[in-house]
Amino acid sequence: MKKFFDNIFRYKSNKKINGYMVAGSIITGLIILMVIVGLFYMPYDPTKMDSSCKLQGISLKHIMGTDNMGRDVFSRVMYGSRVTLLIAIGTVTMGVVIGSIIGAFTGYYGGMLDEVLMRIIDALFAFPSILLALVFVSLFGTGTYQVIISLGIAFVPSFARIVRSEVLRCRNMDYIESARLQGVPDLRIIFVHIIPNTKDTMIPSILIGFNNAVLAEAGLSYLGIGSQPPYASLGKMLSDAQSYMFTTPSYVLSIGMTIVLMILGFAFLGEGLGKDKRG
Amino acid sequence: MMKKIYGGRKSLSLILVLLSTLTITLSGCSSKKAEDSVTQDSNVESTSAESTDASQDEAGIEETDDLSKITVGIPQDLDSMDPHTANGAGTKEILFNIYEGLVKPDENGNLVPAVASEYTISEDGTVYSFTLRDGIKFHDGNPVTVEDIKYSIERNAGTDGSEPLVSAFSNISSVNIIDDSHIDIVLDQANTEFLAYLDIAIIPASNSDTEGNPIGTGPYKFVSRSPQENLILTRFDDYWGDAAYIKDVTIKIEANADAVVMDLEGGSIDMYARLTSTQVSQLSDTFEVYEGTMNLVQALFLNNAVKPFDDVRVRQALCYAIDPQTIMDFVSDGKGTEIGSNVFPAFTKYFMPELTDTYNQDIDKAKELLSEAGYPDGFEFTITVASNYTQHVDTAQVISEQLKEIGVTANIQEVEWNSWLSDVYTDRNYESTVVGVDASTLTGYALFSRFASDAHNNFTNYNNSDYDAAFANAVATADDDEKTKYYKECETILAEDAANVYIQDLPEFVALNKKYTGYVFYPLYVQDLSKIRPAE
Amino acid sequence: MKYIIKKILMMILTLVVVSFCVFLAFSLIPGDPATRKLGTEATPELIMQYREKMGLNDPLLVRYFRWLISFIKGDMGTSYSYSVPVSSMLMNKLPITLTLGIMSFVMMIVISIPLGIYTAKHENGYIDKVIVVINQIIMAVPPFFSGILLTFLFGMIFKLFTPGGFVSYTQDMGAFLKYLILPAISIALPKAAMSTKLLRGSVIAEAEKDYTRTAYSRGNSTTEVLYRHVLKNAMIPVITFMGMALADMIAGSIVIEQVFSIPGISRILLTSISNRDYPVVEAIIMGIAILVIVTNLLVDIIYRIIDPRIETME
Repeated sequence: MKKFFDNIFRYKSNKKINGYMVAGSIITGLIILMVIVGLFYMPYDPTKMDSSCKLQGISLKHIMGTDNMGRDVFSRVMYGSRVTLLIAIGTVTMGVVIGSIIGAFTGYYGGMLDEVLMRIIDALFAFPSILLALVFVSLFGTGTYQVIISLGIAFVPSFARIVRSEVLRCRNMDYIESARLQGVPDLRIIFVHIIPNTKDTMIPSILIGFNNAVLAEAGLSYLGIGSQPPYASLGKMLSDAQSYMFTTPSYVLSIGMTIVLMILGFAFLGEGLGKDKRG
Repeated sequence: MMKKIYGGRKSLSLILVLLSTLTITLSGCSSKKAEDSVTQDSNVESTSAESTDASQDEAGIEETDDLSKITVGIPQDLDSMDPHTANGAGTKEILFNIYEGLVKPDENGNLVPAVASEYTISEDGTVYSFTLRDGIKFHDGNPVTVEDIKYSIERNAGTDGSEPLVSAFSNISSVNIIDDSHIDIVLDQANTEFLAYLDIAIIPASNSDTEGNPIGTGPYKFVSRSPQENLILTRFDDYWGDAAYIKDVTIKIEANADAVVMDLEGGSIDMYARLTSTQVSQLSDTFEVYEGTMNLVQALFLNNAVKPFDDVRVRQALCYAIDPQTIMDFVSDGKGTEIGSNVFPAFTKYFMPELTDTYNQDIDKAKELLSEAGYPDGFEFTITVASNYTQHVDTAQVISEQLKEIGVTANIQEVEWNSWLSDVYTDRNYESTVVGVDASTLTGYALFSRFASDAHNNFTNYNNSDYDAAFANAVATADDDEKTKYYKECETILAEDAANVYIQDLPEFVALNKKYTGYVFYPLYVQDLSKIRPAE
Repeated sequence: MKYIIKKILMMILTLVVVSFCVFLAFSLIPGDPATRKLGTEATPELIMQYREKMGLNDPLLVRYFRWLISFIKGDMGTSYSYSVPVSSMLMNKLPITLTLGIMSFVMMIVISIPLGIYTAKHENGYIDKVIVVINQIIMAVPPFFSGILLTFLFGMIFKLFTPGGFVSYTQDMGAFLKYLILPAISIALPKAAMSTKLLRGSVIAEAEKDYTRTAYSRGNSTTEVLYRHVLKNAMIPVITFMGMALADMIAGSIVIEQVFSIPGISRILLTSISNRDYPVVEAIIMGIAILVIVTNLLVDIIYRIIDPRIETME
């Protein structure tokens, strides 16, 4: 029993290497490296079909095998990671930018604007993001950019809420008060003095947002409303690949693993950052 | 207020006590305990799963004892139980088992008498006389009367001033009851193909709720339906013809196409039509796979009204660049039948196999035609395709790849089926699409009417005066040879004028558990369940 | 009390906004019930006739208020694609999705609370480290992918599960519940991982606070301190998460019902969206919105019970 409290109260002298940070950096680094290399070089053309080698397993020629059209899965994964990263970055950027603006204004000014916008945000928040994206995709059609817009809108409410509560917290702090007394314009106060102070809360939320975007995109693709073939995202490829689970497990598993690794990389980075701060 | 909060605290501590009892086993803090609890968990799980297995075994034994039931998987729910408003091919092929018309198609594509026992067509082709089959009954036990026939025909003809549900029925001038067992249908204009439209279902005039309580005369009758789940049918014992072999049929909606193979192998469905060749290759030998064709025209349909497809040279260039055989190799392991015009092979009367050679793949020729048309560097266009049809999406991908060779970029836009219906089919707001077009009846009219320039369903905006003339001649003549000649002329024009890039009639694979046998293909969209019987 | 009334009024306002947004969205999407119903046999005249019959030609606001008024009266309308009252259609499907949701929610709690406390107690221990890493991996697997892997594993390799062998609760309750075990696991796993992580972090953070030391120094036993003081405060963020998870689980079931071929509410929702069957979509989305909002309200109230200070903070 004593050990338990020793554990809890032990002051963590974290001189050790931050394992999460290292693992996260390595995994994310590898994925990003793969995407960057893919911009200049891919072992095969990711859309080049070859009927003579459909659904092959792992070999030296095709390190992740081939798909049902005889395309090289590894090249497609290189391309698909690019699409997926683009979607994740686009979605989160859109969510953060619009969310911050809404959150900052509503938090800072309050009043009617706050009431109205927060009711809309509440309404958006009232249905889960994937459902929201589903409705938006029916509205805008399918395609990479449409998915970004749909998921981006779905991500706005959570970021708006985070920023709003941070702004509420900072609004009445002394340094803001004094800035206001000195006649600093509101916009400057919001964007120069308040927003940068929200970064401690925002950075972990952004990393989680990345992961949620990747997962949500995969979910949408599974429901048949993702990016367009033949330039597919990882999620779309995964849902296409599952029909070949019986004959070519390497196809579905290699894509699944890439998604898992991508998310894991971001998650570890998030953990690592949190550890750093605490330690 | 204080009190309330206090009370709340009490209940909270109660929850915490509960939680602590839950975790008390864990506070022993040895790692072994945790592992134990984990294994325990999985034990619980596996025992429950075992019992599922056991009950399933029982069910298995039961089934071998009694093959009088079958579960058939279908890809999407029926769009209606009302045979007159139902329009999906996937709906009609199931309703075929419940409803019958005055005549109905058999497996050779011939029209055989059904609700009527015999018919005569007047020499000039304007009066169709039917004799009601003696003693024929509806599923509710009531006899079929000539009034029911009149009601059913007029319901489709829009006699009450509404739009006719079957456009060919606007040609009906009157439906005359002669006596208790004879009825005449009189047409405004002679039409020798009209009989094919008289396979529309005969339903009781007294039934006010066809959607919720469907009543027909077919070999199976309706029992119940659960949206997105299943449709349950049972054998109609008073059926006038050969009764069905299997008593209880459950039609199960398999919304997840990727789970079909697992569901077949796992035993939750016994039969599934419309499998892809990849799915077939994954099936074990518990299943007999029947191979046929889907009886539709799969093509890259081009909107002839938009640039650059208004130029015949561009359309021909696409035909030269696209090789149907390669598409078949990728999409269906080389199965499928190449077609060169808007007729599928089961339509032996009109099908002209030689048209498939109108354009054999010739990249140089394609490039030459493109330069002539003013696109030496190619162009970019969009293929809109309904996402629920994997074969069409895959075909679009292969086409896109093939067109790269002549410098043409084809982007693929997947849309929902309903958006497709609205944007592509109704509003004609698209550049090109890959889809399969079937024939609602086995008539030349059904195949060729949609390319007449003034047809309401001319979704490709095809406009060719030679074609219009040939089509008008074909419709006007009462002579069968003459008619065939003109329809073949239509067919040839569509091929030579490269109206669309015709690809193939898709192969159809039907998996049937070897416990059963007797699946038959029809030249139309039909799943005849009454012919399926237990294997020896 | 005043607070709760204000919250409820807000809730009603939110619902009105939600329902109007759905209506608006549906009038913007291409296609309507008429095109769907008529399919490839549509003629412009027939489409007009259908629209007229279904009242689709009226202006958006007229249709919205007609719907709203009958909805308030408790009439959810008739499904366009099934021609049956929406209420009876959903009543048959609701128990399926609800059972799935409750099963996964219970699984989440049963897995995450003991694990969270255990790992917090043994922070940095061998098992803790393993569980933390496993947690991260589970959170990184898309739910439909784990669903497919589970079906493959239990259905095809161990043969303990009949894929697609869903049995309705009206036929056989036992078989129904058994079928839902794997889908519920697929939904619960990532949520349980997240909630374990949260609880672990939050217990550790609370245990480092001064009041815990004080409580300990007063001679309270370990168990007492943990369950009476630490856990109570540590549960606050976890309860928020669980509230949100409940809503997410309903959404998660959209994908999982598809993977496991379960004919529940979510599947009806998906097909109704593509059929443009908006009375059904409205009813389901309103249901989900009410669920989410009420859960949020409950979470709020539970907060106040756990920690009365929150009220003064606002």
